Amino acid sequence: MLEVHDLSMRFGGLLAVDGVNLDVQNHEIVSVIGPNGAGKTTVFNCVSGFYKPTGGKILFQGKQVQGKPDYKISRLGMVRTFQHVRLFNQMSVVENLLVAQHRHLNTNLLSGLLKTPDYRSRETRSLDKAAYWLERVGLLELANREAGNLAYGQQRRLEIARCMVTEPKLLMLDEPAAGLNPAETKDLNQLIMSLKEDYNVSVLLIEHDMSLVMDISDRITVINQGRPLASGTPDEVRQNDDVIKAYLGEA
Amino acid sequence: MQDLLYFSQQLVNGLTIGSTYALIAIGYTMVYGIIGMINFAHGEIYMIGAYTALIAITGLATLGIAWLPVILLVALICAVIVSSSMGWAVERVAYRPVRGRHRLIPLISAIGMSIFLQNYVHLAQGSRNIGFPALIDDGFRFGAPESFQLSLSYMQITIFITTLVCMTLLSLFISRSRIGRACRAVSQDLGMANLLGIDTNRIISATFVIGASLAAVAGLLLGMYYGSVDPLFGFIAGLKAFTAAVLGGIGSIPGAMLGGLILGVSESMTSGYLSGEYKDVVSFSLLILILLFKPTGLLGKPEVEKI
Repeated sequence: MLEVHDLSMRFGGLLAVDGVNLDVQNHEIVSVIGPNGAGKTTVFNCVSGFYKPTGGKILFQGKQVQGKPDYKISRLGMVRTFQHVRLFNQMSVVENLLVAQHRHLNTNLLSGLLKTPDYRSRETRSLDKAAYWLERVGLLELANREAGNLAYGQQRRLEIARCMVTEPKLLMLDEPAAGLNPAETKDLNQLIMSLKEDYNVSVLLIEHDMSLVMDISDRITVINQGRPLASGTPDEVRQNDDVIKAYLGEA
Repeated sequence: MQDLLYFSQQLVNGLTIGSTYALIAIGYTMVYGIIGMINFAHGEIYMIGAYTALIAITGLATLGIAWLPVILLVALICAVIVSSSMGWAVERVAYRPVRGRHRLIPLISAIGMSIFLQNYVHLAQGSRNIGFPALIDDGFRFGAPESFQLSLSYMQITIFITTLVCMTLLSLFISRSRIGRACRAVSQDLGMANLLGIDTNRIISATFVIGASLAAVAGLLLGMYYGSVDPLFGFIAGLKAFTAAVLGGIGSIPGAMLGGLILGVSESMTSGYLSGEYKDVVSFSLLILILLFKPTGLLGKPEVEKI
């Protein structure tokens, strides 16, 4: 589904990402791990179109996407979250989900002003979908709350719901467990698994929480100082000497 | 009684002029809310709206159409179409190519745009002021005929009602419609809106177009109210509306409405009780005081550092 070949990203004299390869198949959870500053988020930013990579190829469902504007990339079915929660804080919870369906509601101004039956039915459908996902992440009773007033864990879940209403094929999560307590992390774990199982979404994950990564990933890619270090199943990675060195230092 | 009538007269005048400031201020505040920049060509767009309305009215007169509602409607539609295409073009030419650069660059290109439009109208329409026919005259008078009379002209009533309708429509549009929702999302986090598949360029264009349309409405109204237009017509009105937007809290739409009304009333009170010469002094002193003591304006939210 997603193939990244020989990706590199240079900021002036700094080569932040150098020769990273990555692939995500259908129905798969792939994690990218690595020490702080390894370039994980930069890889994410390149793939999602936030940065224009200086080298390499990114294919999504066989189509080249590098250098495309980010709203076009997201319309292909790739959505992401950030390390910091980025909700529309002054909008209500349900509005956050409605605005994410903006392009599915593709109606013209006139039909919106006249409230034509077609417009109404689209509006109803997007409301239904929003309600469904709010229920799914347990935020339905908070639908009319301002998003900025939710607790942190709830904001995280709302963010994932907001991604899901766009009907993505690939969900990219940048440290979704950051700042969550162990119980919340466990919930998140189940949520991500069910996204894959029940909604057939592939997930590309950056995460520091090793228990989460090891539990849910089908495959793991390790990056260190911008360069690929290892990749394989959780077990293979756990036993890889280079990985142990990078994380623990040399004895 | 006399004093009360005099005071009410100033209040009516102030609210009239203030509501048109508010209409223009919406354009400043919406553009600022979305891209964080001041559209310095906005006053010119308002001026062009007034000229277009005048041309339409003159054209209809030569065609021999004299039914007032038709004249007003056609003038309004023409002004809105021309001004909003101007607003759209300003964004395309002066803002989009330099978006994301240092903040001074779009500022300079907008000022350039403003000088260009002003001089274009100088060339095309001449620099003398042109009389604007008073289509709506007469009005109500209150008070004894031999003493001071409070006059409330039909024109003033038209201005109130039109402003009220525009503001209501705008509020509904922003809070209810799909594009309004997207506008709010873009103004809160443009990058994220982009990533969710919203074509933010279109939304930015839409805000310029909406602001320009309201400015065109104000252009028609104020052209009729003042009775003449000239190429510098937009300059001072633009500055005043900008002041109103800052006063109310730039980026906030209710703020622009409130700021416009406060500015209008304080100006007319100054002219009424002090001297007309001082009204600009008062309005710009008000701006300086607000910037000193409440830089975010009356209804503005404190700037939150974006992470």
